[in-house]
Amino acid sequence: MADIAQLQQIASQVRRDIIRQTHFASSGHPGGSLGCTDFLTAMYFEILDHNPEFNMDGKNEDLFFLSNGHISPAWYSVLARSGYFPVEELSTFRKINSRLQGHPATHEGLPGIRVASGSLGQGLSVGIGAALAKRLNGDHKLVYVLTGDGELQEGQIWEAALFAAHHKVDNLIATVDWNGQQIDGATRDVMSLGDLDAKWRAFGWDVMQMNGNDMKRVLKIMDLAKKRTGQGKPLMILMKTDMGFGVDFMAGTHVWHGKATNREQTINALNQLEETLGDYPYSGSDL
Amino acid sequence: MDILKTAPSLDSIVSTEKKATRDGFGAGLLEVGKKYSNSLAMCADLTGSLKMQHFQKEFPDRFFQAGISEANMMGVAAGMATAGMIPFTGTFANFSTGRVYDQVRQSIAYSHKNVKICASHAGITLGEDGATHQILEDIGMMKMLPGMTVINPCDYNQTKAATLAIAEHEGPCYLRFGRPGWPVFYPEDREFVIGKAWQLSEGSDVTILATGHLVWTAVEAARELESQGIRVELINIHTIKPLDEEAIIRSVTKTGCVVSCEEHNRYGGLGESVAQLLTTKLPSPQEFVAVDDSFGESGKPDQLLEKFGLSKPDIVQAVKKVISRK
Repeated sequence: MADIAQLQQIASQVRRDIIRQTHFASSGHPGGSLGCTDFLTAMYFEILDHNPEFNMDGKNEDLFFLSNGHISPAWYSVLARSGYFPVEELSTFRKINSRLQGHPATHEGLPGIRVASGSLGQGLSVGIGAALAKRLNGDHKLVYVLTGDGELQEGQIWEAALFAAHHKVDNLIATVDWNGQQIDGATRDVMSLGDLDAKWRAFGWDVMQMNGNDMKRVLKIMDLAKKRTGQGKPLMILMKTDMGFGVDFMAGTHVWHGKATNREQTINALNQLEETLGDYPYSGSDL
Repeated sequence: MDILKTAPSLDSIVSTEKKATRDGFGAGLLEVGKKYSNSLAMCADLTGSLKMQHFQKEFPDRFFQAGISEANMMGVAAGMATAGMIPFTGTFANFSTGRVYDQVRQSIAYSHKNVKICASHAGITLGEDGATHQILEDIGMMKMLPGMTVINPCDYNQTKAATLAIAEHEGPCYLRFGRPGWPVFYPEDREFVIGKAWQLSEGSDVTILATGHLVWTAVEAARELESQGIRVELINIHTIKPLDEEAIIRSVTKTGCVVSCEEHNRYGGLGESVAQLLTTKLPSPQEFVAVDDSFGESGKPDQLLEKFGLSKPDIVQAVKKVISRK
């Protein structure tokens, strides 16, 4: 089992990276990124059996697909911090000529990314395809997908849900970032998702729940989830998170879904997040 | 040695049977399955219509039924391609393009996935099902996607050859074919090269550029025109993108005018690509034999081709008009 404190320290730095990237770009999606930081940190520093060298085909390693591509600041941070590309490159987030596009893309060749995402609802299907390919190749590693909860309003998600159950795609672990928020407000007000646990079970999936902002729980549930693969059913983890988790004034609201902090807010946020691995340099700024 | 080659002539273009282009796809896909162990096929509940049952029967482990869920099918195919597979998706042209445009755009084209989007029942020759299924905008949609190869073969043999060619090609492809039985005339042993036009006849009065089913119609029109003393250079542009610019410029330099023929809306199709090329490199009179910004309707293929201005007399008339504009 990993050192929880160490993972929490990495997560703190990832949160700093998120705040700084979005602040310096004056745009981006910090809210959902902060909420998924613990999960993504756990994935890349503990759960995924992944190769440090990036190969697009991902043979004989676990794969991760981010379907809710707007939380790219969190993903870019864990990819850089786990060695896929130089941490300094985080300073180019959303800038011209950058490999760190607003939403993740393969077009510029950023290591760690296998498909573009941002237009919602597509990543689960892609993950299912990658999982089927692993099955055909006799590759016993797993495929992980993260989607948003508002994203479940896309019809393609439910097409994918039917397909994965029908084809018994049991080398797939999907996770929903169940923060209950989307751009226009609370998910229950915008388009209620109803009983998600019952819905996924009715679609023929195995379902687990976890608190995505408790590192210890994330490690435990993800470990249990691995053991529940290979049983003829795809697995869905409903992950409760708080949008904006880790920064008091950003937590639990949709306000910071797609809005960057100003200078004063950035200072406030960074003061709440310990610098543990060293901030990446950003030219011309004292932040 | 070139001088010893026989000039392309309509006399060598013969057809003794009719077969559907979709059957050519089905036969080609089976060959692909035998040749490439990493090829896969997916179909959205139209296995028989797309003639994919041959592949399905031979390679059941590499065939995936997607159900009536085309968006998911495109995404799954993209995921399979990520792992080095060559997935072929099969459904009607309408559901291969407009219905799933965003999935094709983001998960396949923008992500450079080696997915082969195979689309049957394109155009009005679908017939009785009517406009809901007769897509006439698909070439336009697909050619606008950066990196997408767009191919519209003319008969059974060419469709079969094109199916093998796109398996060989690295990158996303859109292969468009149709429903009805259609004259077979593409030489069975002729190599199919993506982006290289097939010249059927040599002439100096007019260039006819035709794609898909209308190539045969253009052959018939060219024969009639030849009998009237009009020398036609007929070229089959099976690959709309990348366009064989060299072949088109070479021919139009000689003839000075061009007629484009396609079973597609005149906006967004082959004719538009040709016009853009000629406008920038060799301004020349052009006439369009294409659907005039309209939806289709129910009817028999021949009736529809006549009603929508895609029959032999329409090509003959367009040729005479374009020559008069020289």
